Parts: sequence; C-alpha cells; structure tokens
Amino acid sequence: MSIEVRIPTILRPFTKDQKAVVATGSTLTALITDLDQQYPGIGDRLLENGALRRFINIYINDEDVRFLGSLEAPIKDGDSVTILPAVAGG
Amino acid sequence: MSLTISRAFVDAIIAQSRAEYPDECCGAILGPVGSGTPTRLLPMINAAHSPTFYEFDPKDLLALYREVDDNDEEIVVIYHSHTETEAYPSRTDIAYAGEPGAHYVLVSSRKEIAPAIEFRSYRIIDGVVTEEEVSITE
Repeated sequence: MSIEVRIPTILRPFTKDQKAVVATGSTLTALITDLDQQYPGIGDRLLENGALRRFINIYINDEDVRFLGSLEAPIKDGDSVTILPAVAGG
Repeated sequence: MSLTISRAFVDAIIAQSRAEYPDECCGAILGPVGSGTPTRLLPMINAAHSPTFYEFDPKDLLALYREVDDNDEEIVVIYHSHTETEAYPSRTDIAYAGEPGAHYVLVSSRKEIAPAIEFRSYRIIDGVVTEEEVSITE
C-alpha cells in the first residue's frame, strides 16, 4: 500500500526538497512512523508527547484528521495525505 | 528585501481590520509562482474569533493551498491585524510562522496611534524576524 503524502515547504528540508513523497501505513500513526524512518526527524515536527501537534494540520483526502480519529485515523490504498502547518499567531 | 504592494490591497487590509475589530483579521495575497508579486487578495475567516489570536480555518487552509497549486500561484503575503499592540510579530507569530517564502504583514489599529494605522512587513525564517521596506504603488 502506498500513500502519497504532500509535504509543506517548511518540512521539505527533511525530504530533500520533495513536495510529495510516498509512505505506507494503515493508520496515521503507522504512516508517520514510516515517514520518520524514511526521513528521520520529520516525526518530531508532527508529534509532541505522542499526540498530533496543535499547529500542524494533516488531511486525509479533503478531511482534517481531527474529525477522523486523529492518530488512529484509518488510511486506505489510494488515499492522499496532505500536511500543512497552521497559519496562525497572536 | 522589500515588499511592493498596491494601494488598493493596503486599503482593503486596513478596511478588513476595522470591520473585524476588536477581533484580529487575517488573510493572504497570492501571486504567480516565482514572481513574488501579490496580485490576488483572499481575506480569510479568523477561526479563533479573538482579539489576541488568529488562525486560518483548517478547512479553508486546505482549500487555499489546493487553489494555489491548481493556479500555479504562491502565497506572497500572509497578513493579520493586532488591535492593542504594535505591528510587530508576537512570540506566537514567530513560533508558528510556517512560510519562509512569504512576507508577513502586520497592521495595527491600536488606539494610541489612532486614527493612523501601522502597516509593516517582515520575513520570519527559523525564528528570526527581519523587517523589510514596504513600497506602495498607486
């Protein structure tokens, strides 16, 4: 099973500047684990104390994973995953 | 480094900041990829609805990036307003700045300077803030 993952500019230093990479995993946790094995360090930018970072948005197809079970969100063949840092501040 | 922006966009951002006061307002200006020129203003909803915080709604954020990709555009400017403090990036602005290629524009309508409005632009890269000159074209 291979899932296309779109990488935001700020994380492209981890992926040798690739805008999209391929990873595997049947849940978001598994997918992030695989991404971190391929691109060491990227997992830390997505997770904090075992949870999704508050100001990182991850989408499966068009849906925010927070509405799909967060890290437990199921992923199936043909899904596409998009990572976007929140545009936010004070 | 500098930002060149039309008077119409400056006026529109200031008008939006007044309309949404006392909440912070926010939005983006897009331009053709590689041009660095802001050509299309997209006011965004501040999902935080707060006088001290702003956040693009996550659903709108995805739509925005899809649109940018489909149209061969880039995000040239990310703007928001401060309503009580100067137009300088706050600690949270710096912590969450995720677009190293964008100009971060801040406007301030704090009452100490009323009726004047501050309009300033910065690069925020790896936690380092660099103010840049703003040239307004008529």
